Amino acid sequence: MRVPILKQGDYLIASVQDSLADADLLQLSENLLTQVGLFHSRGVIVDVTALDVMDSFACRALRSLASAIRFRGAETVIVGIQPEVAFAMVQLGLDLAGIRTALDVEEGLELLGNGKDG
Amino acid sequence: MAAKGLKVGLSRDGIQTASETVYDALVDAVETGRYDGIQAYATLIAERSAPARVTPDRVLEGFLRLREVLSRHLTASYRDMAKLTKVLDIYVPVADRILCIVASALVEEREKVVRQQQEAIRELSTPALRVRDRLLILPIIGVLDTHRARQLTEQLLYAIRANRARVVIMDITGVASVDSKVANHLVQTVEAAQLLGATVLVTGISPEAAQTLVAIGVDLSRLRTVCDLQGGLEEADRLLGLKATTT
Repeated sequence: MRVPILKQGDYLIASVQDSLADADLLQLSENLLTQVGLFHSRGVIVDVTALDVMDSFACRALRSLASAIRFRGAETVIVGIQPEVAFAMVQLGLDLAGIRTALDVEEGLELLGNGKDG
Repeated sequence: MAAKGLKVGLSRDGIQTASETVYDALVDAVETGRYDGIQAYATLIAERSAPARVTPDRVLEGFLRLREVLSRHLTASYRDMAKLTKVLDIYVPVADRILCIVASALVEEREKVVRQQQEAIRELSTPALRVRDRLLILPIIGVLDTHRARQLTEQLLYAIRANRARVVIMDITGVASVDSKVANHLVQTVEAAQLLGATVLVTGISPEAAQTLVAIGVDLSRLRTVCDLQGGLEEADRLLGLKATTT
């Protein structure tokens, strides 16, 4: 399933709507990296509100996505991790070290804004 | 028999009824080999004894008296030695069994009370309090075991989402002992909260706890710690972009 990427000012918002196969994640990374360059975006928000599972592959993919996007000159924020998902991730010892997280898209936008201004 | 029997805070009539019930149950058990009657009665007594402030040993004492009275009565009734031995052979195991049932009913009752209280303590002791807009305080008091840590984390995560909290102060002043297990639980809770975009400040690590943690080599570098709750609140205000006020 393809993930729509929305442009919102200086930022890109990728809203994941359904559970993702591994290939879809890789596709998403590729698209985001291309579009960051295309729109000269300063930040990327990946919204995972609809996800009810985050496995080790997804975590690793998100981590490498964030690192790659940083090389392209933008910040990544993961938003909308559900409490159950967060709890399961911690139990499984998965983390998103190095990636900033926020409660929802609104918070994520604010976080990106503050980070650049302050 | 009744007068010498159960003196467990019952009226004369009460003693009479209690003795009769036990006697009936005993006869029933001897005749049928079933202990349903005494089981039910023991549970009833156990339930009643706690609120009436009757200690288990007094209840048991009553039953022991009754047992003794009955066996004396039997000894007096049967003059023939062979017959008496036979009767006692039947009577003693049944009486012992009844005592066993009563004792386990009392223990069971106590355990039930303890379980209920533990449950109540658990529920009461994990509140996430909202102090300011986007600021939660999570005071942890008592023992932090795996079960409770899990419950605590879950409650905290839902509270973060419901209150849109950005900063959480986790105060562990009231945690009795801090060891590597507790530290691990804390780290997990903090990491889970961070996944939801909240910053967690841990406050109230006592000097002893700090030394213990260093001694056992727990890595708390992933935790933001502040000395006490006051400092935690000031730090939280700073993080939230509010101006700290000193009173």
